Amino acid sequence: MSTPQPPMPQTAAPTWQAAPGQPFPTYTSPIPVVRTHLGHALASEWTKIRSVRSTMWTLGVFVVLVVGIGLAVAALIAANAAEESLAGESPLSFGFFGLLLGTICVITLGVLTTASEYGTGMIRTTMTACPTRGRVLAAKAIVFFAVAFTVTLVSALLVALADVAMLDGAREPSTEEWLKGTVGISLYIALLGLLSLVVGSVIRHSAGAITIMIGLLLAPLVIALFMFAESLQDLQQALFEYSIPNQLSVFYAQSLSESGPHGWDPLWIMLGVTAAAFAGAWALLERRDV
Amino acid sequence: MIEAVGLTKRYGDKTAVYNLSFQVRPGAVTGFLGPNGSGKSTTMRMILGLDNPTAGHVTIGGYPYRRLPNAPRQVGALLDAKAVHGGRSARNHLLSLAQLAGIPARRVDEVLGVVGLQDVAGRRSKGFSLGMGQRLGIAAALLGDPQVLLFDEPVNGLDPEGIHWVRNLMKSLAAEGRTVFVSSHLMSEMALTADHLIVIGRGQLLADMSVKDFIAANSAGFARVRTPDTEPQLREKLAGALTEAGGHVLPEQDGALRVTGLPLPRISDVAHASDVRLWELSPHQASLEEAYMRMTQGAVDYRSTADQKAGLQQPLPPGAQPPMPVPGQGQSGWYAPPPPQQAAPGPYGASADPGAAPANPYAQPAAQAPQEAPASQAPAPQPAVAPAPPQAPAQPPAPAQPPAPAAAPQDAAPAAPTKPEEAR
Repeated sequence: MSTPQPPMPQTAAPTWQAAPGQPFPTYTSPIPVVRTHLGHALASEWTKIRSVRSTMWTLGVFVVLVVGIGLAVAALIAANAAEESLAGESPLSFGFFGLLLGTICVITLGVLTTASEYGTGMIRTTMTACPTRGRVLAAKAIVFFAVAFTVTLVSALLVALADVAMLDGAREPSTEEWLKGTVGISLYIALLGLLSLVVGSVIRHSAGAITIMIGLLLAPLVIALFMFAESLQDLQQALFEYSIPNQLSVFYAQSLSESGPHGWDPLWIMLGVTAAAFAGAWALLERRDV
Repeated sequence: MIEAVGLTKRYGDKTAVYNLSFQVRPGAVTGFLGPNGSGKSTTMRMILGLDNPTAGHVTIGGYPYRRLPNAPRQVGALLDAKAVHGGRSARNHLLSLAQLAGIPARRVDEVLGVVGLQDVAGRRSKGFSLGMGQRLGIAAALLGDPQVLLFDEPVNGLDPEGIHWVRNLMKSLAAEGRTVFVSSHLMSEMALTADHLIVIGRGQLLADMSVKDFIAANSAGFARVRTPDTEPQLREKLAGALTEAGGHVLPEQDGALRVTGLPLPRISDVAHASDVRLWELSPHQASLEEAYMRMTQGAVDYRSTADQKAGLQQPLPPGAQPPMPVPGQGQSGWYAPPPPQQAAPGPYGASADPGAAPANPYAQPAAQAPQEAPASQAPAPQPAVAPAPPQAPAQPPAPAQPPAPAAAPQDAAPAAPTKPEEAR
């Protein structure tokens, strides 16, 4: 349904135009009729996301957090750390703290992209204008993902370049470290935002969906902190390793533990979770009342 | 052309719409009337494919809305004036809808001009008044220049100029051959705008007829007869004589008698023959609003009652009279039953077949005859014994069915503290 159909001059006309000799009068609009496709929905969603202030606010705060904290941490370490203590460290890893906090902004924007339409009632107007409901969800997902990825990538790249320039004692990062610390982490955070968007579409309530997503972000780590019992050791370990902050840190190769996800694993995990959630949200959207 | 067949919608155990079948034709304004909570908006949402019907189906031009090709170019709708993101400007709101429907962007400024919002197009719609919000909603409905238009309460919050404009807009849209379906709870508004009426109450069809027929069937005249207040027995005597002469006599709240079925000279003759003096004998016309209220009074979900302020009032000084309750305030409406000639099967075609709704959840116990109201207690406002409209008998008498509690106003009678005698 989301694939653009070849343009057709005139689509199947409803019966009142098709049946000649009907007793009822008809009206035909002079505005040419075009067959709509995903491209139209993308343009519409782009107009929507750029025309509300919450986008500017959440992304503005995101950039301030990521770039501000990233530069501040780098400056602090450059000023205080002894030359040899940084040896063997990747300078990119100091961008982690800013991005961890910035995640909350991306989650908020993701949820608001879908849930705010339910909060305001706009969704009924949207679904009347486009009864192919899945197309609207797909367009929202694509537009949001593109925006979140671009903004995260630019911020992360900025911080990474500054870190490399400021921290002279650290080693030169490899190409894979560069890729993971910029593109990889941006994809991961954009996917996390996309998961929030999908959760917003299922929950249909901004505050509820944001709470769920922040809980998902923090709860595993916090719960694991209080698992002192010996018998829960394995569970505690798993919660630590698969908590979102730890998965984020994997992109900088500074995981809290040596086992668990490594390399590009977090990205595949998040991709799987988001894809499953997206499929569920799609099915629910088609079935439920708006 | 909108066609609903057996449309039913349940939310949990609440039935919002029950077995609704109707057609909305092009080239006319069709009014959709009903009290608050009677299922108008639910029906509108089902027409637009937003809610899935529990049973039955509704099509536009032969297609269910969600399978209609180019739906936004075929159908435009104003559902809720506040169904916009308040942080978005009017122009951007319409632009996003236009892009979604593949409508050229210049059409946005065109419809903004049509509804008169071009000067505030760049302002965020959060700051709009209710009337401006309605105009924005109407602009969104007109955006696709569609063949079918649905408006849910379009005149809410509009100023008189706006109401006048909406009326003319509806008529001109219909004159162009479009299907215009307008919901409202104001009969007076619909009487001016609509060509055809669909009246629902408690989710069920009460009437489906042209406005002309509705007026003919419901606004038949009656005569008001008043006998000397000083001699109440004269009124009894006259009421008896008039009934004997074939008239239909009903007491009014202020002690007058409402007589139908007899011409004025005949009433005068009967009064003269039975030696009753008259203080008033005047012809009256029941208003459409009254006819509509009478039709729907059994189906009102939210009914206001008098504010008793029980236990909050100072005890009255001895000998003082409590204030008389203002007629019509806080009391369930008192409306005369329709003229007797339409007590027959009635023009309410859709509900005339008693076998049509065997599992009717709203089936009332056999309609209460309005004559039960004793003529001698005419001033009593009769809060509970609201005469069931004779349209109701179209439903099966349902002797085996337990009376639905929601549909039996009589059940509430002991609890309803609206009788002035008790207030005293």
